[in-house]
Amino acid sequence: MLDKLNEIEKTALESLQSITDQAALEAWRVANLGRSSPLMQVFTGLGKLSKEERPTVGAAANRVKTALESAWEERAQAIKEAALAKSLEEEALDVTLPGRAVRVGRLHPSTQQLRRVLDILAEMGFQVYTSREIETDEVNYQLLNFPPDHPARDMQDTFFVRAEGREDNPILLRTHTSPGQIHAMREYAAMNPENPPPIRIALPGMCFRFEQITARSEIQFNQVEGLVVGKNITFADLKGTLSDFARRMFGRHARTRFRASYFPFTEPSAEMDVECFVCGGKGCSVCKNSGWLEILGCGMVHPIVLQNGGYDPTRYSGYAWGMGPERQLMLRYRIDDIRYFWGNDLRFLEQF
Amino acid sequence: MKLPISWLKDYIDLDGLTVEDIARKLTLAGLEVEEIKYAGLPMPDHAGSGMHSSGRHEFKTSGISWDRDKIVVAEIREVMPHPNADRLTLLDLYDGQQNQVVLTGAPNIFHLKGTGKLAKPIKVAYAKEGSTIYDGHAEGLVLTTLKRAKIRGVESYSMACSEKELGISEEHEGIIILDDDAPVGMPLVDYMGDAVLDIAVVPNMARNANVMGVARELAALTGRELKKPVIEYRTEGESVENLVSIEITEPELNPRFVIGLIRDVEIKPSPYKIQRRLRLAGIRPINNVVDATNYAMLDQGEPLHAFDYDVLKSRAGNKNVKIITRSAKDGEKLTTLDDVERTLSSTNVLVCDEKGPLSIAGVMGGAESEVTDKTKNILLEGAAWNFINIRKTAKQHNLPSEASFRFSRGVHPSLAETGVKRGLQLMAEWSGGKIAPGLVDAYPLKPKDSVVDVSPRDVKRLLGIDLTVEQIAELLTRLEFKCEPTARGLRVTAPSHRLDIGEGVIGLADVLEEVARSYGYDNIPETRMSDSLPPQIGNPIYEWEERVRDLLVSLGLQEVVSYRLTSPERESRVVKYDEYVTLANPITPERRVMRRSLVASVLDAVEKNARAESIAMFEIGPVFEPVKSDPSTGSGQALPNEPRKLVLAMTGLRDALAWDVKESPNFDFYDMKGRVELLLSGLHFTDVSYIPTDSVPYLHPGKSAEVRVNEKVVGVFGELHPLVKDKYEVEEAPILVAEFDLDVLRTVSPSYEIKPVPDVPPVFEDIAVVLDESIPASKVEALIRQTGGRALANVKLFDVYRGEQVGAGKKSLAYSLTYQSDKTMTDAEAAAIRRKIVRRLEHELGARLRS
Repeated sequence: MLDKLNEIEKTALESLQSITDQAALEAWRVANLGRSSPLMQVFTGLGKLSKEERPTVGAAANRVKTALESAWEERAQAIKEAALAKSLEEEALDVTLPGRAVRVGRLHPSTQQLRRVLDILAEMGFQVYTSREIETDEVNYQLLNFPPDHPARDMQDTFFVRAEGREDNPILLRTHTSPGQIHAMREYAAMNPENPPPIRIALPGMCFRFEQITARSEIQFNQVEGLVVGKNITFADLKGTLSDFARRMFGRHARTRFRASYFPFTEPSAEMDVECFVCGGKGCSVCKNSGWLEILGCGMVHPIVLQNGGYDPTRYSGYAWGMGPERQLMLRYRIDDIRYFWGNDLRFLEQF
Repeated sequence: MKLPISWLKDYIDLDGLTVEDIARKLTLAGLEVEEIKYAGLPMPDHAGSGMHSSGRHEFKTSGISWDRDKIVVAEIREVMPHPNADRLTLLDLYDGQQNQVVLTGAPNIFHLKGTGKLAKPIKVAYAKEGSTIYDGHAEGLVLTTLKRAKIRGVESYSMACSEKELGISEEHEGIIILDDDAPVGMPLVDYMGDAVLDIAVVPNMARNANVMGVARELAALTGRELKKPVIEYRTEGESVENLVSIEITEPELNPRFVIGLIRDVEIKPSPYKIQRRLRLAGIRPINNVVDATNYAMLDQGEPLHAFDYDVLKSRAGNKNVKIITRSAKDGEKLTTLDDVERTLSSTNVLVCDEKGPLSIAGVMGGAESEVTDKTKNILLEGAAWNFINIRKTAKQHNLPSEASFRFSRGVHPSLAETGVKRGLQLMAEWSGGKIAPGLVDAYPLKPKDSVVDVSPRDVKRLLGIDLTVEQIAELLTRLEFKCEPTARGLRVTAPSHRLDIGEGVIGLADVLEEVARSYGYDNIPETRMSDSLPPQIGNPIYEWEERVRDLLVSLGLQEVVSYRLTSPERESRVVKYDEYVTLANPITPERRVMRRSLVASVLDAVEKNARAESIAMFEIGPVFEPVKSDPSTGSGQALPNEPRKLVLAMTGLRDALAWDVKESPNFDFYDMKGRVELLLSGLHFTDVSYIPTDSVPYLHPGKSAEVRVNEKVVGVFGELHPLVKDKYEVEEAPILVAEFDLDVLRTVSPSYEIKPVPDVPPVFEDIAVVLDESIPASKVEALIRQTGGRALANVKLFDVYRGEQVGAGKKSLAYSLTYQSDKTMTDAEAAAIRRKIVRRLEHELGARLRS
């Protein structure tokens, strides 16, 4: 009987050797470990054996069963691994084929740049103030210290709107966002006319100039202005704030330079240049070999403007500046044609 | 303004400062140097290579330097014929070291050919072999190095130069003939090497649009001495005061008028030094008299006008000349010296005699009294005019000139006398004329020099720097302000050449600007604000609109921004309006009105990108609605409304084509509706309804819907009407458009709350009903939701079926229902809700449950 068991074990293990698939393995299990397999027959026949033989044969049969089972398990594992390896190999893709496209949306580059600017200013404590695009001569010019027929008006060519009965105060397309300075100061001053609160605002928006549409000049453009008014605001603060802004906008080591200039609504006035970020000041076509880029005009708010806004210039002072997001984009990405911005060509817009 | 450095050096010692140092100081002080053009002086070593030795570059630079050893002053001793060429000559020339034979074709010495040894040698600018100059015959400016060559059998290796060859001007008609005192052998750069600063003059710097002004600024900025010219001359003959009188009728327009007289001038070219300076300054030399008026103007800032005295005398019938200044009569005529007859209006001011107009004041002289080659005696005018009036007149007649440029920005009346004297002095010097004693000076309106109080406290409060009274006085005195100490600080009086200093709070700002400039903007520290913070108001409208932008981008739409200016024709493809905000001065008819339809703007963008496989875009911005004027207020036309709109447009393929995506359906109504729904749910609107509409003219009447929030119409969307689409050059695919009124949408914007996520699993159930085709799906869903109540968490339409199984005129709608309650729901509870829903659908909509 023990010989028979050895024979069963030997035959079974031998036949297991050649099995490579799941179906054959199952057939083997039924044939060698199933109810009617020779090994199970041995267990069934144990009762017929003598008392002396029974423990020896029983122990031997159990050993063979354990051996066959573990051989089966091992084989099953091997077949599974082989099958997995095969399917992994078969499933392999050409990973160099293009990925599946998803249609994505984007903000217009001007909006992106406006946000960059306004985000930095927001962190510096400037709140966004917006106002209308069509204005009166009074708010766009007179209250900002541009008297009628003043040569300063030559600096900003104006689109006028056809309107009846407004010879003294024509309607026009705002030439800058500065009318918002007047609106804002008057709103703030109304909160407490005797002792108006301080102001720190950023004024973004579309402005218009009477210009030919060329690669270099446009009839509409965005502007962001800043306005600070308070009882303790100095030209040194202006320099500090705008240099801080430049370092946030153009890099931690951006160098700035303030040149005296002229704007009717500020005095003293200045232009802020930033060292050319294309060539690092060495001179290139972007900075026209000057090493510097004109980034913004600024100055201390003119006493007349403070007065017109409801702030007493003997107690309050302030500063203001204005800059162009499209110009910043043109410098940064070396865009040589300003007409791209309102051309709405997707091939331009999708690059941002 | 173009300013030669050599001229500046007449009035200030610039030793030790490079041209770039000077340009930098002026630029930082508000006289921005836009370009430096070298005409002889050594260029900084970076200019050629584009690099500064320190690695920095500061100014746009052009021009040429003259080699000290190779380009020198020389003299022509004889002009000899060329053996083989009639039109060329050979110069016997001495360069200070040796004799040279130089070949030239210059026409301006040709007449001396073969006349033998010259009695008086001619001084020229001589470039030796190996020197680098501009090629006189090339188009534009091309550098060339002189090499030995044979021209018609005669060896040539050097050159007598023209102005073009030396980078002085475009002039190449002949060689430069220097003044007789030019020292032979001297390096030309030492004799007349120059550099020209091109300075942008802003309106409040108009006083500096002259050499003296810039020299004064530079003296203040460097602390060096300003050397004013000595204006003294001999006079002879009868005093002008006995011969000419002046009547000013409107002092507001003509505060001062000064006249001088010079007799027996000989009209001829000015000295070369003067011609060269004028050319470098951008003014064409004419003759010694005209040049003297221009030179004096550039020198001192006072535009002058020269009259032929004999013409005026004969007009006066040989009696005394009376000059009258007055406003022109409307329609009055004057022929100006450019030989154009100009029709004048009452805004123009005229200089007249008793017979009639002589010139347009401050803008242009008349032809009749103009100086000619035959002129012998000259009346020289220096006057002051109202700058606004001159600005209007120059604009009206389109006559920009050096004179009107200055007068329209303001010239101080005190300069009238200085200017006339300087002009007379130069004329006498260059023409041999004799100056008559005295000046006729009518000065009815003398401007008051502004007086301003300024204190160290003011300086600290506005500039943020600590200066003592003495320091402030020192800075202002350099700019010729008079300073007297007071208890608080200083009382300063503006110098009498300045019109830009006010009084009171304005004057204080004006004076503080001068303190800051004189101190140096770059010396003012950078500080962070220490003032108290403002009230926090924010900008909810702006913030909400930015949220809308973000949502639309997340839905795959590209933002576009269009011109606000358009034409009614362009918009009429979409919608016709009678009234527009119309420009009075459009740049082109294509952009003559402010847009009323944002849909038209975005459809223009769609058309522009028609070739794209797929388009999904949006724009947010204002449209401009004219507002009828209210006659009762009498304030004229009102400002337009600027409501803010949102427009979405989609067309083309829904899916991106690729190697495994061979085709795709076009975007249709439901693609747009999906975006609209997601936008509104992203903004947390809940009570949204979509009502069929056929009243939007630009939309397909059967494929358009009104969007209502809380029963308020906030927008419309649908497929573009085929007739509208036909007006655009676009592809076949339908175009979907949505238009929202953002101001309305924002006002109905809801608040919302976040619900807890349920712990118990939901129960799902499907239900399909058959009903009449005419019943809109939205009605069915609304009834299901209403009936299901709180337990019915979600209703989703998953199938729409039409066909034989449901019969003609009917449709089957299949919904999947999601029940959700606080505790696990039993089948019986779910069945009860379902029965209720079915019953109401049957009763109210005539629906039949589909088995």
